Amino acid sequence: MVSATLDTPVQPHSKTGAQIDIRNVSHWFKLPNGVLQVLDDISLTVAPGEFVALLGPSGCGKSTLLRLVAGLEPATTGQVLQDQETITRPDPSRIVVFQDPTLYPWRKVWDNVALGLQARGLLKEQRQRVDDALALVGLTEFADAFPHQLSGGMAQRVALARALVNDPQLLVLDEPLGKLDSLTRLQMQSELVALWQRNGFSALLVTHDVEEALFLANRVIVFSDRPARIRAEIKVDLPYPRHRGDARLAELRHEALRHLGLDASW
Amino acid sequence: MTTTTTNDVLLRAGQAGLFDGVRVAGTWRTGLLAATTWLLLGLITLRWPNKEVGFSDWAYTDEFGYAAVAVAIALALLALAGERAGRALLLLRPAGQWLVAAPLLLGGWEILTAKLGVLPSPFFAPPQSLIEVYSEDWSRLGISTAYSLRLLVHGFASGGIVGFLVGVTIGWSRVAGYWVHPVLRFLGPVPASALLPLAFFFAPSSYAAAVFLIALATAFPVAVLTWSGVASVSKSYYDVARTLGASERFLILRVAIPAALPQVFVGLFMGLGAAFSVLVTAEMMGVKAGLGWYLQWSQGWAAYSNMYAALIVMAILCSSLITLLFKVRDRALSWQKGTVKW
Repeated sequence: MVSATLDTPVQPHSKTGAQIDIRNVSHWFKLPNGVLQVLDDISLTVAPGEFVALLGPSGCGKSTLLRLVAGLEPATTGQVLQDQETITRPDPSRIVVFQDPTLYPWRKVWDNVALGLQARGLLKEQRQRVDDALALVGLTEFADAFPHQLSGGMAQRVALARALVNDPQLLVLDEPLGKLDSLTRLQMQSELVALWQRNGFSALLVTHDVEEALFLANRVIVFSDRPARIRAEIKVDLPYPRHRGDARLAELRHEALRHLGLDASW
Repeated sequence: MTTTTTNDVLLRAGQAGLFDGVRVAGTWRTGLLAATTWLLLGLITLRWPNKEVGFSDWAYTDEFGYAAVAVAIALALLALAGERAGRALLLLRPAGQWLVAAPLLLGGWEILTAKLGVLPSPFFAPPQSLIEVYSEDWSRLGISTAYSLRLLVHGFASGGIVGFLVGVTIGWSRVAGYWVHPVLRFLGPVPASALLPLAFFFAPSSYAAAVFLIALATAFPVAVLTWSGVASVSKSYYDVARTLGASERFLILRVAIPAALPQVFVGLFMGLGAAFSVLVTAEMMGVKAGLGWYLQWSQGWAAYSNMYAALIVMAILCSSLITLLFKVRDRALSWQKGTVKW
């Protein structure tokens, strides 16, 4: 599916990846009957070109952290910086891929992928980039299809292409594979690794799938229940492409589950 | 044909319409049946003398009869030609059962009016009297239709545009919503025809008054549905566009409006229905032109056949406009699956 090869160098050290610094961020939601703390003093750095996974129980506030990094909401306290500059608003250098593909149903696949370029007025000169992005996710033949004609996996690939066409420095992945069937999911995980290695962006992935986090990321940050606190940090010191049956992965998995309080079932 | 049992034949005759979609070589049997019923209609009209009703005979009785016979001959030829008739047959086939039923209905009407006089005569005119109206009063009817259409287009277009803009504005801007929404809620549901006397009094001409009222009747549903369409656009659509670097203008024009478009068309559909009703009322009350006026005028002269003729024109006009609206919608919303076909 993906035209990038998997045998590129093990550690991508690309200049295009952004550095993200999250400094002492706490965040509260305003609710009708008061406030709800979702993040508690989070500090975290994503090095340029690094793939970091945020792992935690559902509803713990991981996705909120992503919204802060994307610039969709300001943090209540603390700072979020991209390459030493405070993030105040959304920017096409940090693209989010959501759990739902959220393709615009009234646009054909090609036009969905072209969205970012069109929004920034670059589409006329750079139409080729849309074709390239579609080729990258292997959906060239579906350029003229409408989203309702696509399968779940294909739709999520289009969402990936829509993100990658902007050549982001940071790819923010909010459980992007969460709703796919398990086979498509495994396949897309490999594709994600390949795309990341090829393009050299930094990646911040939210997931509650332990294996997915360990398979994809350089580092896995384990979060506590709400309000989310960083409970542990697991370095995945394995080269890419990784093998799901690797004994070291099983070990790390045990460790991660222990941090989540779920190791009894292991 | 292979050998068939009697039951099969009966089944087929009964379901002839269902088989019409299938290409069957040879003759078109439902077509032959239709030709027979049309011939029957022609013979009844021509051979059965009209009942005397105290004035000169119904005009165009013979013409009506000959027309029915002509239709019968045309259908018979088509049916016998089968596949060789080509496109004409393909177009007519799906309507096969209607082609059988229509002359039966017309025949019943003809018998109850012209032949037996069961239905009282000035109020119920036979079919041929419509021919009389169309052939003798076509210019007045045509001008009336044109007037109605002009008024409707003026009113509906301005109302649709205003309603759309209002809907987008209050759907998008919180301040505009705060001020316009209560006004819309309070004044919107008032039937536009209730404002007729007021509008005729204030407006410079009755035409302007009617345009205003039709626009008002159209604008209300369009505004409400556009507003609800814009307001209910999934927040994640905006999130996606914002992270991709979209400006507010882009969010309105490229996200909110396309996403709200299905609702806008529901509003336009409802608005068009309301516009028809206000159109006719306004024309009856004071515009002195158009099909509504024609209806009123013919009723004043007890010219009931003219009234029926005008009603049929009105039905064709309204139905065509709705069809047109649906065609536009189907084009604009071709990305949707499973839209209702008109």
